[in-house]
Amino acid sequence: MKREKNLSAGHGAFGSADTGDTSGYGGLVRTSTSWGSSERPFGSYFDEVVDDLERAYPDFADAIEQVVVYRGELTLHIKREKLVEVALILRNKLLFEVCLGVSGVHYPTQTDRQLHAVYPLLSMTHNRRIRLEVSVSEADPHIPSLVEVWGGNNWNERETFDMFGIIFDSHPGLTRILMPDDWRGHPQRKDYPLGGIPVEYKGATIPPPNDRRSYR
Amino acid sequence: MGLEEKLPSGVVLTSVEKLAGYMRKNSLWPATFGLACCAIEMMAAGGGRYDLARFGMEVFRASPRQADLMIVAGRVSNKMAPVLRQIYDQMAAPKWVIAMGACASSGGMFNNYAIVQGVDHIVPVDIYLPGCPPRPEMLMDAILKLHAQISDEKLGPNRQKIIQEVEAAAMAAKPTHQLKGLLA
Amino acid sequence: MSTSSGPIVDPYASSLETTEGRVFSVTGGDWDSLVTEIGATKEERVVVNMGPQHPSTHGVLRLILELEGETITELRAGIGYLHTGIEKNAEYRSWTQGVTFVTRMDYLAPLFNETAYCLAVEKLLGITEDVPERASVIRVMMMELNRISSHMVALGTGALELGALSPMIFCFREREKVLDVFELIAGLRMNMAYVRPGGVAQDLPPNTLTKVRDTVKELRRDFKDNDKLLIGNTIWMKRTEGVGYLDLAGATTLGVTGPVLRSTGMPWDLRKMQPYSGYENYDFDVVTASTCDVYGRFLIRMNELEQSLRIIEQCVDKLEALVGAPVMVADKKIAWPSQLALGGDGMGNSLDHIREIMGTSMESLIHHFKLVTEGFRVPEGQVYTAVESPRGELGVHLVSDGGTRPYRVHFREPSFNNLQATSAMCEGSLIADVVAAVASIDPVMGGVDR
Repeated sequence: MKREKNLSAGHGAFGSADTGDTSGYGGLVRTSTSWGSSERPFGSYFDEVVDDLERAYPDFADAIEQVVVYRGELTLHIKREKLVEVALILRNKLLFEVCLGVSGVHYPTQTDRQLHAVYPLLSMTHNRRIRLEVSVSEADPHIPSLVEVWGGNNWNERETFDMFGIIFDSHPGLTRILMPDDWRGHPQRKDYPLGGIPVEYKGATIPPPNDRRSYR
Repeated sequence: MGLEEKLPSGVVLTSVEKLAGYMRKNSLWPATFGLACCAIEMMAAGGGRYDLARFGMEVFRASPRQADLMIVAGRVSNKMAPVLRQIYDQMAAPKWVIAMGACASSGGMFNNYAIVQGVDHIVPVDIYLPGCPPRPEMLMDAILKLHAQISDEKLGPNRQKIIQEVEAAAMAAKPTHQLKGLLA
Repeated sequence: MSTSSGPIVDPYASSLETTEGRVFSVTGGDWDSLVTEIGATKEERVVVNMGPQHPSTHGVLRLILELEGETITELRAGIGYLHTGIEKNAEYRSWTQGVTFVTRMDYLAPLFNETAYCLAVEKLLGITEDVPERASVIRVMMMELNRISSHMVALGTGALELGALSPMIFCFREREKVLDVFELIAGLRMNMAYVRPGGVAQDLPPNTLTKVRDTVKELRRDFKDNDKLLIGNTIWMKRTEGVGYLDLAGATTLGVTGPVLRSTGMPWDLRKMQPYSGYENYDFDVVTASTCDVYGRFLIRMNELEQSLRIIEQCVDKLEALVGAPVMVADKKIAWPSQLALGGDGMGNSLDHIREIMGTSMESLIHHFKLVTEGFRVPEGQVYTAVESPRGELGVHLVSDGGTRPYRVHFREPSFNNLQATSAMCEGSLIADVVAAVASIDPVMGGVDR
């Protein structure tokens, strides 16, 4: 499974393009490594976890899109339709009792997979950590809610909804939690502006961080 | 000079403004409005080492109706802003506001969608106290400057005159970015 | 709540059209729908709003209580009053500048935020093994000192809310001693930005170890004041025993960690289970209680102070053996350049360093410039690192796009998840118990709202 445009590929070394750039760094072209599935053996306890999951979950090959091992951490990319099933098996059979919340990430360049939700899981019995990742598109940002599986995800899913606009189906009360209730927009998306204002000093006005010329 | 020498001892002359100022500054009661990190330094200022009790200010009133001074300690988010205004409105005059810390004075390091860029957008501020967070001694210095300001406050028609003068001066002043500062 | 523009239809915030424009009501939350719902039933219920400005809510926490007499039938917590957008702001700053933002999240334990973030950056860079030992030991020492100062605020404010005024003064007195040490080492009392990716910002000034040893001695002597006052005190025990009950099943489901989890008897402490920064080399115990209530958590915090003191003493011994070792990673393309030391003119930036970069080494000058303006680049990928902060598991989910700025920094704050447990702990108890329970959770709203 390939991503179409990788994050670090691109032109130029400066983020903001409309301030005058005379350095020549604007012509820089960066390529990047592609992210693919990791090869077996994964190392440490990851093989055991993936094998146990395969044994306990017959639809494994269908549900798990990718298995990535990077910097000593295992990430399972899952299809959103199978998320609750996999979560239940992970909790009940593989004893990942604690879910450490949901983290949203917005990749605007990945067509049809812009919004990712990342669930770090912890097994206190086996002292293990893994991560689940679900990707959805901005046009259809629905992910089934995991509040039934791990009750502590209630507020975390509300926060991810608030900040990214990912709608968690069958969440008991999906409302904004950090922003005021009538706020429009989802602040931590990449297309939402930082919202800084220029600052006046004696003799100069300094633009806010999102408008300054800065390295990318 | 002349009159006071001729008075019997035990009589003190003063003006209403001076007396009122003296009374008001000597026992300012702060309202608890600690929001973030500056609140911890405010609590430390009320603690044993940097003692606010020597100014009569260790009683942080929970109810704004009993408080004179609102020390806005910490960053004010957009969600908290109406609450801040409501608390300020609930305080009885005379009331003063110290904007403690960089975030309360100007938004501080958080120049973004979520933070009000200075509580003077919401309430009138008497003293701005920079720092991130300001040390308890800096807070006490700000309070002492406020005491000095309060004891010199005019009342009645004198007050109206001063307010008008200050406003006229502010309207006529050069905007900050046109002043010649260090960057010019 | 939709992202498209159009008529604002929000069931949770009512608005009025006035001559001045649209005015939104201040009540916020689902206050109006709650009130209408209750109004529809024939029973008489009292809904009380505690906060966001309230002396006993540990910052700007809003508790919406539905009461039947003094008993709480339903409790909801409203948060977000301190949302600062730190995570988004960090995306516009270099990796090292991110430390200064991240340190202000959980402002009672700033070093934990910094260390968690730096451990995550180092993991992504792949230099976890290369961080010098002296830097790790200094980090551990600072973290344990921070744990003491954080517990002091927790205990002090908790006791204050329950009516005990003296522990507040005692605790802040101890905290001042710890803050003196912080000021000596890092330059600031709070929000120091001392831990940087690759190590720490500067080495310990001379006489630090003597000062730390003396402070430990004084703290050990002065902690007894609080012990004598509160442990075994009938009034204190009556206010805290059996209050705020949360058992192991509830804690695991809700993702609660830290002293609240350890009060159920589960000895889960990341410093022992998944050690980082060399914690496996220190000798200390994990403190648990089995009563699952506020009194148990109080005892845990008191005993953790002693354990922290033990660790600090071991750190000081190790540091004495490591005098002269580097405090930053050796790779000059990542290490924060200037060894900040007071120069002769009383300003930072040691004159030796300036002499070197201006006089002798062109590479040093270039590195200094590039590292400060551009920063280093971190390879693409994502990591999740966790440390054991005084409130529980503080996790950092860091995503990099290969650039000089973080792509996404998300903090899994323990207070955020722990606060969800207030409903479970308090429904069915009295209002006074809510105060005790929230104090025992020890939430820091800067971390909750970020």
